[in-house]
Parts: sequence; structure tokens; C-alpha cells
Amino acid sequence: MEELCTGLCSILVESGADAGLALFLSLLVGVLLVSGVPLITVILLIWIERKVAARIQDRIGPNRVGPVGLLQTIADMIKLLSKEDITPTAADRVLYNAAPLVSFASVVLLWAVIPFTPFHYGVDLEIGALYFVAIASFGTLAIMAAGWASNNKYALLGAFRVVALLVSYEVPLVFALLVPVLLAGSMSLVDIVNAQNAMWFVVLSPLAFVIFYISSQAETGRAPFDLIEAESELVAGFNIEYSGMKFGMFFAAEFLHVFTNGIIMAILFFGGWMGPLYYESPLIAFAWLGVKGGLIYLTTLWLRNTVPRLRIDQIMAFNWKFLVPLSIANLIVVSFVLKALQELELAPRDILSASFGDLLPTTVILLLFNGAMIFYLLGILRKRGREARRESQAARADFAQPAPVAGH
Amino acid sequence: MNILNEWAFVGLFAVMAPVFPALPIVIAWLFRPRKPNVLKSSTYECGVETIGDTWVQFRVQYYIYGLIFLVFDVEMVFLFPWAVAYNEMSLFGFVAGFLFIFLLTDALFYAWKKNALDWK
Repeated sequence: MEELCTGLCSILVESGADAGLALFLSLLVGVLLVSGVPLITVILLIWIERKVAARIQDRIGPNRVGPVGLLQTIADMIKLLSKEDITPTAADRVLYNAAPLVSFASVVLLWAVIPFTPFHYGVDLEIGALYFVAIASFGTLAIMAAGWASNNKYALLGAFRVVALLVSYEVPLVFALLVPVLLAGSMSLVDIVNAQNAMWFVVLSPLAFVIFYISSQAETGRAPFDLIEAESELVAGFNIEYSGMKFGMFFAAEFLHVFTNGIIMAILFFGGWMGPLYYESPLIAFAWLGVKGGLIYLTTLWLRNTVPRLRIDQIMAFNWKFLVPLSIANLIVVSFVLKALQELELAPRDILSASFGDLLPTTVILLLFNGAMIFYLLGILRKRGREARRESQAARADFAQPAPVAGH
Repeated sequence: MNILNEWAFVGLFAVMAPVFPALPIVIAWLFRPRKPNVLKSSTYECGVETIGDTWVQFRVQYYIYGLIFLVFDVEMVFLFPWAVAYNEMSLFGFVAGFLFIFLLTDALFYAWKKNALDWK
């Protein structure tokens, strides 16, 4: 993208355009190219989402419009376009109308830093990882604004839950994000992918990936963490007063956010564009990223359609009393072990130029420590589960006890 | 591309990003029917009428979670430079960062013991 922009800029300047205007135009072309990727995928994503959900629930899903229902999204869009758009008189008009825009824009903005191939990306910000966290939290703001501005009690309850849920799960998300940053020694997403040349970070720190995966599922507000829109208790939560295209924008944003998270996870933990023959052609590199991100995306869909919704106290307890301490412990263990290895000259200090052989001892030892942590963790969970089961069994036994019959 | 252009790109992206969702909404605005009436644009139109004001006081627990989050979020931003410099860091810098994380953990356990993490 860099070469494209500078190349286009110089061509424009040579043909007699003003330098500032040339820069603006070439940047604009770059922006349109990069944002084209999410805008095109989102149309496909809605179809994939519905098809996968249908298959998991033993249905067929959309199959009427176009071949295998591929044009269903287009039909839905036409329907949404022709729907009457209602703004409740009690609503805060400015916030109410701005919320869907912010919601969708916050997801599209994430794609500015996503490296598609070694040379094709919007920008390679030095603080790419931080940018990701910062922009992703805009989505929270949009949902909060939507719930508040609707002036509806259900919507407001949904908005409160957003603050509690999304904000809480950001803590383990960022702690897990620190691990790849620490391993690569850089916040730039391009550097993070390059650092995984010898070994994917998911092998070096599987626990960080699991934490990141769970909290990003929560960040998108999907089952089992979907109580911001819990249909059965809040009717639809924050988007209850929305209709037509504005409603559609919230959903497009959600679908796109899930896929974007898949891509981000592929970049942070699965080596992004790395794969056999990726250096042959940018298309192959791009395909590798798409395949990895798509597979992770499919597992999130699977999770969404399998697991039931949790209660808010369970969700908060799971985050603050389990995920946050775990993510801190994970950070401490990984950083401590790696530093010890570096001091013992067993681990390379420069991961970018390290070969597979250089990284092998690090990998084995980090994996051992991660395995030990996971083993210990499962032990705790098993013990807690047993206790809870015993309690509920005792409660049931009390309940089932026949009342003493008088006269005996 | 120098650093200014990088941020010019992000800035332009930030300006353009709301335009993409705005476009279909504007197109819909051109085509959609417009027949508002008092009942239709009332709050929670299809259900029972709402009683009282919506923007009321809320559960204090949400506020407590917000406060704890604020502490963590601000402190975590300080951990990022530490993580970036990690590979070249001397042992002193490493231990300093470690102490910082321990203080953070301490804050979490304090909140835990104060029952601030329980949903009441």
C-alpha cells in the first residue's frame, strides 16, 4: 500500500497536480482499497453466519434467493432499504442517529492496520496493537449511546450490561495481547507476524490465545456472552427501538466484528500470512490469512450456536475472579520464564532473526509451563465443579424427601 | 511513508469510515415510506406503555466495575512499553515491571476481599 500510495502520488505530481492534492487523492485511493475488503466480506459473512447457524440447528438456511441462497443478503438489504425508519419522539435524536454509524465505523477502522500480506496493508503503525484495543472500544461506546439515546428501559438495561460486560472483558483481552507484543518486542502487527517466522505464538503461549479467544468472543457480545441483547429477557436490548437500515448497520457491524477478531487472532497467534509458499505471491499470503482467520471465525460461530447464555453475575464472576487473575498469572509466568531463558542464553533476544532451532528450547520450556498451568487450572475447575454438583444434589435430595406422614 | 502520512492515512480512514454505513442509511432515507403518527413513534411502540422516566438511577455495581476497570485499563497502557522493550531490557527494568504487575494484582485482590467483585 505504501508503494502504491507514493507511486500514485508521484505520478499525480508529475502530471501537474498540486502536491497536497496528489497526496490526498492517493491516500483516498488507499483508504477505499483497504476498506473495500471488509465491506465486501460483510455481505458474504451474513450469508455464512446464517448458513452455519442453520446447519448446526439442523435446518437448511437461506436457499431460495440465488444459488444456495447467496443473494439472500442482497434481498434483505432491499427489504431494509424500503422499511420505514422510526425515531421515537422521546429519543435523543443526535446520539440515536450517530450510534449505528459509530458502531460500524469502529469495526471498519480496525482494518486500517491489518496486514494482508507482507507488503499489502493500510498502514504499519508502530502502535498497531494499541490501536486495535483503542478502536475496538469505540464499539462499546456506540452500543452504550444507542441504549441510552433510545430512551427505552429495555434498551437502557442492555446498555448498562454493555458497560459492565465489554469493559470488564477488555482487561483479560489486553493482558493476553501483551504476550505476543512481549514475544515479538513490537506493537506493530507486521512485526508481530514476522516474528512468528520460526514458531507461531499459539505454540509458545497457548493459554494467552485461549484467554484472548474467550474475551474477544465476549467483546463481540455473542453467546454465551450475549446478554446485552438477550432476546428472552430484554426483548432485543440496546437495538430495540431501531428499525430499517440503522438496525441493519448494528448487525452488519457485529458480523464483521466477529470475523475481524478471527483475522486479528490469526495475525497475533497463528502467524498471519505465514504458510507454505507465502513468499511466492501476495495472493497466496492473503489466502493463508483468510484461511486461518476463517477457521477461527467458524469456531466462534460454532461456540455461539452451541453454548447457552450465562447470567450476568456468572459472567462477571468468571471474568474478574477467573479470567483476570489467570491472564495476569499467564503474563507473569511467560515473561519470567522467557527472561530466565534469555539470561541463561537459552532463548534468542532477537526473535525476528531467530531460526527454528534457536527457538526450540524456548518453545519446549514455555509449552511445559503452559501445560502445567492448564493442568493446574483444570484441577481447580474440576474440584469446583464437583463441589457445585454435590451442593445441587444435596439441595435436590432435600426437596425430594417425602414429607413425614402423620400418625405413624 | 513518513509518520505524518501514516497518521494522515488513519485520519482519512477515520473520516471515511462513518461514510460507509451512512450511505445506505441516506439511500434508505430517499426511498423509505414516511407515515409517522403519535402512537408509532412512542417509546416501545408495540408493547405496553412505559411508566415513569427511563433515565433513572442505576445499580451501583455497574459503577464499581467501571471504577475497577479504569484502574486496570490505565495501568495496562503503561505495561505496553515494558513489553515492547522486553527483549533488550536489563534485569533491573524487568524486575521493575514485575513489581508493577504485582501491585496491580494486589489491587485486584483488595477489590476481591472488599467484595467489590460480587454481583449484589
